[in-house]
Amino acid sequence: MVKTESKIADIFLYAIMTAVLVITLYPFWTQVVISLDGGDAANSSFMLFPKSITFDSYKLALDFDALWIGYKNTIIRTCLGVALSILATAITAYPLSKKDLPLNRWITKFMLIQFIIGGGLIPNYLLIKYLGMYNTIWALVIPGMISTFNVLIMRNFFRSLPESLEESAMVDGAGYLKIFIRIILPLSMPIIATEALWVGVGHWNAWFDALIYTNDANKEMLQLVLRRIIIQNNPTQFSEVLTKLQEKSPYSGRQLQATVIMLSILPMLVVYPFLQKYFVKGIMVGAIKG
Amino acid sequence: MSKTTVLAERPGWNGQPKTREARSKRHAFKKYKVLLIMMVPSLLYVIIFNYVPIYGLLIAFEDFQITKGFFGSPWVGLAHFEKAFRDPGFYLVLKNTVLISLYRMVFGFPIPIIFALLLSEVKNVKFKKTVQTASYLPHFISWIILGGIFMSIFSLEGPVNAILGVFGVDPILFMADTSYFRSILVITSILAGFGWSSIIYFAAITGIDPHLHEAAVVDGAGRMKRMIYITIPLLMPVISIMLVLSMSGILDAGFDQIFNMYNPQVYDVADIIDTYVYRKGLIDMDYGYATAVGLFKSLIGLILMLTANGLARRIGGGDYTLW
Repeated sequence: MVKTESKIADIFLYAIMTAVLVITLYPFWTQVVISLDGGDAANSSFMLFPKSITFDSYKLALDFDALWIGYKNTIIRTCLGVALSILATAITAYPLSKKDLPLNRWITKFMLIQFIIGGGLIPNYLLIKYLGMYNTIWALVIPGMISTFNVLIMRNFFRSLPESLEESAMVDGAGYLKIFIRIILPLSMPIIATEALWVGVGHWNAWFDALIYTNDANKEMLQLVLRRIIIQNNPTQFSEVLTKLQEKSPYSGRQLQATVIMLSILPMLVVYPFLQKYFVKGIMVGAIKG
Repeated sequence: MSKTTVLAERPGWNGQPKTREARSKRHAFKKYKVLLIMMVPSLLYVIIFNYVPIYGLLIAFEDFQITKGFFGSPWVGLAHFEKAFRDPGFYLVLKNTVLISLYRMVFGFPIPIIFALLLSEVKNVKFKKTVQTASYLPHFISWIILGGIFMSIFSLEGPVNAILGVFGVDPILFMADTSYFRSILVITSILAGFGWSSIIYFAAITGIDPHLHEAAVVDGAGRMKRMIYITIPLLMPVISIMLVLSMSGILDAGFDQIFNMYNPQVYDVADIIDTYVYRKGLIDMDYGYATAVGLFKSLIGLILMLTANGLARRIGGGDYTLW
C-alpha cells in the first residue's frame, strides 16, 4: 500500500522536475535553434529542432569587429579586475586575521559600512569624474575592488591555517611580509581561486558601470556590444552584416541576434558546470551567521 | 583566600599592575608594524570609495552644479525632497517599484522553497545534480542576454505567441503592452532566480539530522507527513532570515532586468525608482534631485530591514534573525 503510494509520488516528482529542467533550459535552446536554422525558425518560432543546420550567420557574425573588440576589452577587464581585487583583498585580510592586531575590531567595524549604506548612483558617478577615472579602465576595476564580504571570508581562511607554521618561520627569522608571501599565500590557493572566480564572473557579466563610465567605441565591453545588438537593436556596422544575411533570409535580424547571444555565452556555458560548486560554497560560507 | 592569590589567578597576571596593558599594546603595535602599514592602502581605499560617496549624499540637499562643485553649490535644504513628494511622476515610480517587488515576493519567495523540498526527495543523484546545475545557469548570465532571450520568446514571432495562436489568440505585442508587462517581468525574474535562491534551502535540508527521519519512519510516517512535520519546521529559521532579507529589498525591483527589458511604451507600469534615478541623474543631469530620490530609497530599505529583523526576533527569537 505505502509502496505503491510512494511510487506514484515518485513518478509525479520526476515529472515535475523534468518540467522544471525543460523550462529552465528551453529559453537558451530557442537561441541555439534560431541561430543554426536556415531561416525558418526565426519566424515560425515554435520549433524544437532546426530544420536544416547552417553556420551562415555564425560566419557573418564572426566578421563583426565590435564583437572582437568587446571580447578583448572584457578579457582585459576581467584579468586586471581579478588580479587587483585578489591582491587588495589578501593584503587587507592578512593583518585582520591576527586577532591581537591593534584596532582590529575597529577596522573591521569601519569596513562593515558596505553592508549598511552606500552613496548610490550619483555620488559614485561624480567621484569617478573628480578622480579623473572617467573613460578609463580604472573606473571599472577600482570601485568594488575590496568587498568586505570577501575580505572576511579570506580572513577566516587565514585564521584556519595552523599557527605553528608561522611560529616556526618566525624562529627562523622571517618577518610577517615574508611569511605572508612565502607561506600564507601559497597555502591559501583554494580560497584565492574561489574568490578569483566570484570576482571574475562578476567582471565578465558587468555592464552598468561600463555604460556610465565609458563612452568610447574602442573601450566598449562585450556586454555593451551585446546590448546594442540585442536590446537596443541599434548596431552601427552591424547593419552591413545584417544586409548580407538578409539577402539569404528575411528573418535574419533575429537569427543574427541569436547567433551573437550564442557566441557570447558559449564560454560561460562550457565552464560554468565545473565552476558552479565554488559559487555554491560561497553562499554557504556567507550563510553562517556572525 | 588573600587578595594576591585572586590577582595571581587572573590570566596573564605576572606582577606588573597598570603598565602591563599599556605595554602590551605598545608591544603589539611594534610587533605588527609591518601589517599595520600593509593595511594603510586598504583603509584609504575604504575611505575614498565607501565613505566619500556617503558624504557625497549631501548633494541631495544642494542645488548641485558641476561647475561650482560639491563645496560651492548652494544649499537648498529639503527642496529636492519636497519636489519629489509633489511630483506625480515620483509616486508613479514608487507605486511601480513596490508593486513589482511585492509580486516578486509573493510569487517568487515560496518557489525556491518548494523546489528545494521536492528536488531533495529525488533519489537519483545524477538527475538531481543535473536539474540543480541547470537551474543555476541563469545566475551566470547577464540580464542583457537574459533580457534579449526573454524578449525574443515573448516577441510577435516567439513561441509564446505561437502557442497562443494554436488556441486562436491573435498575436500580442507583450513587450509593449502595459497590461502584460509587469507579469512578464515577474515571471521571467522568478525563472531566472529560483534555482540560485534555492541553494540556501538545499543546504538547510541536507543539514537535518537523518535520525529524525528514521525515527519518524519507524513510527509509520510517510514522506508527506515527514516533510510537513520535520523538514518544514526545521527550515523555518532559514525561511525567516530570507524573508527579512527580501523585506529590505522591497524598493529593489530589479534594476538590471527592467533597465534591459523596458521601453518608453511601458514606462507607466515598469519605471521604478532605480531607473528613474538613472534617467533623472545621468540623462537629465539633475544630480541633486536624483541623489535625493536615491537617498530616500536607501533610507526606507534600511528602516525596513531593521523593522523586519525586530519583528522576526519578537516572533521566533535569535535563530530567526539576521543579527
